[in-house]
Amino acid sequence: MANNNNGDVKLIGAWPSPFVMRSRIAFNIKSVEYEFLEEKFGSKSELLLKSNPVHKKIPVLLHNDKPICESNIIVEYIDEVWSAGPSILPSDAHDRAVARFWAAYVDEKWFPNVRGALNASSEEAKNAAVGQLKEGMALLEGAYEEISKGKDFFGGEKIGFIDIAFGSMLAWLRALQVMLGGVKLLDEEKTPGLCKWADKFSADPAVKDVLPETDKIIEFAKLLVAKNKAAAASS
Amino acid sequence: MADQGEVKLLKTWSSLFGLRVVWALKLKGIPYESVDEDLTNKSDLLLQYNPVHTKVPVLIHNGKSICESLVILEYIDETWSQNPPRLLPRDPIQRASARFWAKFMDEKQALPSMWQAFTKEGREQEEGVASIAENLKLLEAELEGKKFLGGEEIGIPDFALGWLVNLVPVFEEILGLKIVDEERHPSLSEWSRRISDIPVIEESWPPRDKLVTKWAAIRDHFLATARASSG
Repeated sequence: MANNNNGDVKLIGAWPSPFVMRSRIAFNIKSVEYEFLEEKFGSKSELLLKSNPVHKKIPVLLHNDKPICESNIIVEYIDEVWSAGPSILPSDAHDRAVARFWAAYVDEKWFPNVRGALNASSEEAKNAAVGQLKEGMALLEGAYEEISKGKDFFGGEKIGFIDIAFGSMLAWLRALQVMLGGVKLLDEEKTPGLCKWADKFSADPAVKDVLPETDKIIEFAKLLVAKNKAAAASS
Repeated sequence: MADQGEVKLLKTWSSLFGLRVVWALKLKGIPYESVDEDLTNKSDLLLQYNPVHTKVPVLIHNGKSICESLVILEYIDETWSQNPPRLLPRDPIQRASARFWAKFMDEKQALPSMWQAFTKEGREQEEGVASIAENLKLLEAELEGKKFLGGEEIGIPDFALGWLVNLVPVFEEILGLKIVDEERHPSLSEWSRRISDIPVIEESWPPRDKLVTKWAAIRDHFLATARASSG
């Protein structure tokens, strides 16, 4: 890929992964072209295993053959290296700390409940996970109100770090709502700010070709849940 | 030079995560007020400044709070960038690597597997111990040929691993197991000595006998709870 000054840029990933979506959105914001090396579902390529030997997970960014792992770390890297493009992290140190805090919250506290809800073996477990997700949505709604200060995004007038970290989850969030029989995580009454934000984020030029259709994720989720069940049964 | 402003740190006497922030503040020569919390009776200050997690450490700078130890470390590095040492390298690739290893300690395996080995018994404990051994192998490989995880200078990943130096001997004593040894982990052992030689770090360790008492009680509590629910 002729990238002039950008060097050789490859992204190892897969279209359904929200973590991979983060890197792709960041690249779009910076108008950086990259080669997308898609992993096959159910197997891990030699390149992936070599590039991320510790976790063996996607995404992995290969910049001039040097690997960078962990989705939020990759976004920070992209922001630092391609600093001429629109900035992703805020410029104020305290705002940056807040952005990192919420990105970490999405990964450590919120997302595990998505997995929990999808893979729950009992109604009780599922309801517990959904309850946690709803609590999380309320916190994120509060954070959105406080941080966006009346603008469209957590990042203000344009997409920023928290938008990418949480927005990348939207396809899965919408899929979950359907798969759980109409559970409302994005709720016009309880999370009006996030509802508007979700629409704006999804329509953003940097995002719309990256965020998959909800139906496609539902289809994929069924495959994934089946695979997880089979693995659990055989272990 | 950034306006120092008022710096307050909420922590506990034994918190490993709080200790990281103490080291950063002390190494950079940043004056601060320290508040030791009693987590069984959380202060209004803690509830106000970390409403989401109500956990320590919390850094309060000029009335604004920063939570999560690794986030705090980056904030300190950026805000007091004129004060050496740099806690993160300048080069973006090295920064990404430093962040990766710091995150590895907390979120991926290192601490969680230690927790499992410490709070369980029998097969679950064995699994925890095996997991720790795997993680230590990775860390040993990463440290080879380096002075610090950050490279030539101490940095955020070293702070993140700091608990290894102080807490592992305590766990080893309580469990009657050897977790880190000179033979399997020459680089880690060397690194531990190097960390301990830093005066600011050496003087900040919580008292060992108090730690043994506290952690032995924690282990007893977890084992008792597990036995009661399975018995």
